[in-house]
Amino acid sequence: MTLAHPTPVVRRRVARTLTHLSLVVASVVVLLPLAVVFLTSLKSEREMAKGSRALGLPDDLLNFRNYATAFQDGEMLAAFGNTAFILLFAVTGTVVIGSMAAYAIDRFTFRFRKLVVALFLVATLVPGVTTQVATFQIVDSFGMFDSLWAPIALYMGTDIVSIYIFLQFVRSIPISLDEAARLDGANAFTIYRKIIFPLLKPAIATVVIVKGITVYNDFYIPFLYMPSEDLGVISTSLFRFKGPYAAHWETISAGTVLVILPTLIVFLALQRFIYNGFMRGATK
Amino acid sequence: MPATHTTEKVARPPSAAPRPPVPRPAPRSVRLWRKLTPWLFLAAPLALLVAFTYAPVANMLAYSFTDWDGVSPELSYIGADNYVEIFTRPELFQVFFVSGYYLAASAVQIALALYFATVLSFNVRFRNFFKGVLFFPYLINGVAIGFVFLYFFQDGGTLDSVLALVGYESDRAWLGTSTSANISLASVSVWRYLGLNFVLFLGAIQSIPGELYEAAELDGAGRWHQFRYIIAPGIKPVLSLSVILSISGSLSVFEIPYIMTGGATGTETFVIQTIDLAFRFNKTGLASAAAVVLLLIILAVTWVQRRLVPDDKVDLT
Repeated sequence: MTLAHPTPVVRRRVARTLTHLSLVVASVVVLLPLAVVFLTSLKSEREMAKGSRALGLPDDLLNFRNYATAFQDGEMLAAFGNTAFILLFAVTGTVVIGSMAAYAIDRFTFRFRKLVVALFLVATLVPGVTTQVATFQIVDSFGMFDSLWAPIALYMGTDIVSIYIFLQFVRSIPISLDEAARLDGANAFTIYRKIIFPLLKPAIATVVIVKGITVYNDFYIPFLYMPSEDLGVISTSLFRFKGPYAAHWETISAGTVLVILPTLIVFLALQRFIYNGFMRGATK
Repeated sequence: MPATHTTEKVARPPSAAPRPPVPRPAPRSVRLWRKLTPWLFLAAPLALLVAFTYAPVANMLAYSFTDWDGVSPELSYIGADNYVEIFTRPELFQVFFVSGYYLAASAVQIALALYFATVLSFNVRFRNFFKGVLFFPYLINGVAIGFVFLYFFQDGGTLDSVLALVGYESDRAWLGTSTSANISLASVSVWRYLGLNFVLFLGAIQSIPGELYEAAELDGAGRWHQFRYIIAPGIKPVLSLSVILSISGSLSVFEIPYIMTGGATGTETFVIQTIDLAFRFNKTGLASAAAVVLLLIILAVTWVQRRLVPDDKVDLT
């Protein structure tokens, strides 16, 4: 067993070690910046002023005072409230609108059906960031500017991906179910409400997760449409930390951790759904 | 079982049946009602689609030929002047070069994602842990990521401390010069978006039937040959999707540079510039023209991709 002629077993072992090493390095690259911010959030103002090293441990591992500051002075509570409000309406709206559109497109033959499908199809190609210049004028003319309804309407109205996800699922529901119900005297709305909608549960779960995380993380739309301070959502409120706490990294870090924490909890609880959801959302 | 269950549920409230169950000699009003039904379902989705996608695109096209400032009631038609300005004023056009950094970064990102997806598609210890760690950044709030990496690149921040650990004292400001800042920001973008590419690739690889690998192994194919002849063809559609997402993503970068540098030190991207033109300098006309240019580029890229890789799955009807 010399170095020049390694046996296959040795070679395989070396390869496996290198693979593992690359995975460990990648994990460190992902986790270290987050861990350092978490450590910083536990340091006191005095510690930071003394020049505590970024990788150093805080003096008191249970010092949560920065979190209190971030929560109270940073108005994070109001921000979480606003985000929850937007989430509730935007996600419900997306589910209702997406499933209705999918039902109509898949279960009915009507004039201009092809045109309607094409309208939805082409719209996926228009990236939202490009049109905001003109969307702004429309939102403003509806009187929704600087209100929570602006992001709600935009999130509901520009989500064509979820219509696709619903469409795939509606198609997999056998039409014989509709027909049986129709013979029993059900009309189109009853069929939608009592048969289609309940059977869409997996699609609804996907849309709720993907949409929920997208809305929670969005910065662009609330930043453009809700400049008022009391209408801050978590993204914009956290962004405002930049001004008053510019030199106070311990407070900014606490705010950052507060924003990441709910995502982490949801991710750990719903891992499998989240992977599937984003895979479906991106490939359709 | 779900069939009997649901029909039972529907059969119970017979009051909700305004038309006869057997559609034989349907009266006029019933026929009209039936024609109307799909439109009732489509009314809200179509109204939103037109109001927030098609009307803005149409308006944007119209604004782009005017000198409108976004507020005053007056606007005048100035022809293609805005477009001429975009392509002739170098400082307006150079934001496209910033996209180059992000484009290069996406190439690195796709390569890394492909590597990790291949590695983790085989049985590796702690596979789920690594998968979770690699994907999690994609779910994190953009502003939070911005702050995490502002601290990371700060003087004496995370990066400097790590470099000091391995004996390299650096005194450079990572976000100080244009090149260094753009590379740093593009790396943050790789950190953030790698997870999505990775999970897409992993899903595609895992949907390849396992017998193929077994057969290949029996035939004496090594890992490289398995990748070359089994994995690579299997993930081609997802790969092409990732490339298209990367290109349009690189052209419309906004969050990371806006949050971290505000577009200073030559990190301004096309979207930051457009937003500034429209909402800070009140040049709605010029901003609209810029947005139209970006839209056309993205549509062109998508069209080229569709031609190169005909996607049979995009069949809606």
